Amino acid sequence: MAHTLLDKVWDAHTVRTLPSGQTQLLIGLHLVHEVTSPQAFQMLREAGLPVRMPGRTFATLDHIIPTTSQRRPFGDPLAEEMTVHLLRNCKDFGVPLFDLDSGRQGIVHVIGPELGLTQPGMTIACGDSHTSTHGAVGAIAFGIGTSQVRDVLASQCLAMTKPKLRQVRVEGQLSRGVYAKDVILTIIQRLGVKGGVGFAYEYAGSVFERMSMEERLTVCNMSIEGGARCGYVNPDETTFEYLRGRPYAPAGTAFDRAVPWWRGMATDTEASFDDVARLDGHTIAPVVTWGINPGQSVAVDERIPDPSLAPPEDRSTWHEALQFMGLEAGRPIVGTKVNVAFIGSCTNGRLSDLRAAAEVARGRRVAKDVRALVVPGSQQVAKAAETEGLHEVFRDAGFEWRQAGCSMCLGMNDDKLVGREVSASSSNRNFKGRQGSPTGRTLLMSPAMVAAAAVTGVVADVREVLR
Amino acid sequence: MSPADSRRNVAGRAIALPGNDIDTDRIIPARHLKSVTFEGLGEHVFGDERQAVPEHPFNRPRFQGASILVVGQNFGCGSSREHAPHALRLWGIRAIVGGSYGEIFFGNCTALGIPCLTAAPEELAWLMTEVERHPQRQLSVDLEAGEGRFGDRAFPVWLPAGPKSQLVSGTWNALGVLLEAGDTIERTAHALPYVAGY
Repeated sequence: MAHTLLDKVWDAHTVRTLPSGQTQLLIGLHLVHEVTSPQAFQMLREAGLPVRMPGRTFATLDHIIPTTSQRRPFGDPLAEEMTVHLLRNCKDFGVPLFDLDSGRQGIVHVIGPELGLTQPGMTIACGDSHTSTHGAVGAIAFGIGTSQVRDVLASQCLAMTKPKLRQVRVEGQLSRGVYAKDVILTIIQRLGVKGGVGFAYEYAGSVFERMSMEERLTVCNMSIEGGARCGYVNPDETTFEYLRGRPYAPAGTAFDRAVPWWRGMATDTEASFDDVARLDGHTIAPVVTWGINPGQSVAVDERIPDPSLAPPEDRSTWHEALQFMGLEAGRPIVGTKVNVAFIGSCTNGRLSDLRAAAEVARGRRVAKDVRALVVPGSQQVAKAAETEGLHEVFRDAGFEWRQAGCSMCLGMNDDKLVGREVSASSSNRNFKGRQGSPTGRTLLMSPAMVAAAAVTGVVADVREVLR
Repeated sequence: MSPADSRRNVAGRAIALPGNDIDTDRIIPARHLKSVTFEGLGEHVFGDERQAVPEHPFNRPRFQGASILVVGQNFGCGSSREHAPHALRLWGIRAIVGGSYGEIFFGNCTALGIPCLTAAPEELAWLMTEVERHPQRQLSVDLEAGEGRFGDRAFPVWLPAGPKSQLVSGTWNALGVLLEAGDTIERTAHALPYVAGY
């Protein structure tokens, strides 16, 4: 009988079937951050329970920390309080913490893979919806709420229902100027923001096979924006080479023994799926969102769509989106004025993202009146970028070079839109108010497209800018 | 479990919130997450929208005191923040009837004992209109029977088997049940090569 990676990982981690019919699923890696954990630790204290497997639990600071200076105490007393709580909780419960002075702090979904904590065949949970990111290495990884953070801390388990599985196949060759971000935004546009509810997504086909690990991380990161709580790519040579030599990956002969197990967790050739969706890679163009959810997007050379052409159930949302965004149906998206350019986040804050943006920024200047920031996804990404001189490329072009954190993806620190500003953003959500201003507007795109918008002051086709 | 610890039936006045794909950032904007407790979130539920739209359902006097929320499709999509169901709960919401839900939000609601029931689109459209017309009328949902009732009309509501069992039996706080597995948890872990050592 042929099995999928989802089947194999699920079976290997099943502790038992619960009276409710759900699976008691063991969580192999639990990642913790400052925003969704304090109440969970408090519940453990009240119940007098320890952290069940502190050695399989790792914490960092990412959501609320400032990116101008990481020096403590933070200027924002609430951010400082949350930091103090995380530090105390990690100390009291014996949970390892990648603190600001560790050289390894960063966005939880950047540092997990980067440190080799994230490995094929694992189950991974974190109190953050973008935990789906870790599926890029061939893990089953999903976001959870704070009650479930408590459950994992105390029992290392979750009560879960196994999702259905949809294979998303993208074959063909991507054009120059088309990035992993464009692939996943196109998938979400085609399958819809709720198309993946009840499903896990397996990304397969030549486009994903050729992708680097960092590109796969971008794709899997946004599975949740398509409604799928987790998404993965089967582990292959790219995965194994990515993991080799990372601090928490097995080393030496242990690595050699790990590879066959990892490879064995991949979906069998004959396995079947609950659904299969197919896309043609060479038809994918650079994508820009025009609305208030990540499925409301067009190719950069297309026009803003007419709500009267929307599926009936989406029509009112499209109207609402255009009104909020102040955009007009039928107009080209190219040329839309931007006020802010943000490069960073768990979607696109890795070294290859910064390189792609720097390629556009090099030798150019940020347009007058545009505020442009680059926020590396982790301290290690920042260091690697600085070694290559990317920080100088960005600074010379007029971008601000910041320190690692979630920053303007969700505006929990000082990095926020002001009023109705329009942001060209490499992040993952264009929800109303997402970037810190209730009336602020977000256009999602690839880091290279953000850089192109920064230097031209408007939404621009990166293929033209690079020509 | 005593009947008080079951969510077999929920009844109360309803509040209708039309629209699809309402995300958890809208339910509770991120700046309200800067706290180490869930206290005080109730007053900020849909805070930004209520500020911008004075006639927002959560502002309207006729819906104050309502305890069952009626929503459209994909309600609670996006961020995993449990602050969203806490904010709704602290405002007074005890159950939700809608077309579909963001999965993490659904799980978070279940973990707090808030059933997220699904109804057919045509029933929902009818219910939205009727709740708007009769804000004082009781809406009741019976989880076991799979039946909603508004006035003299009954309609089917649905909940997946697992969460239904948790809510009906009063075990929506899963931790107690999970801990009952005892050292089977460690045995499962140590059978995994990445835990035991490759």
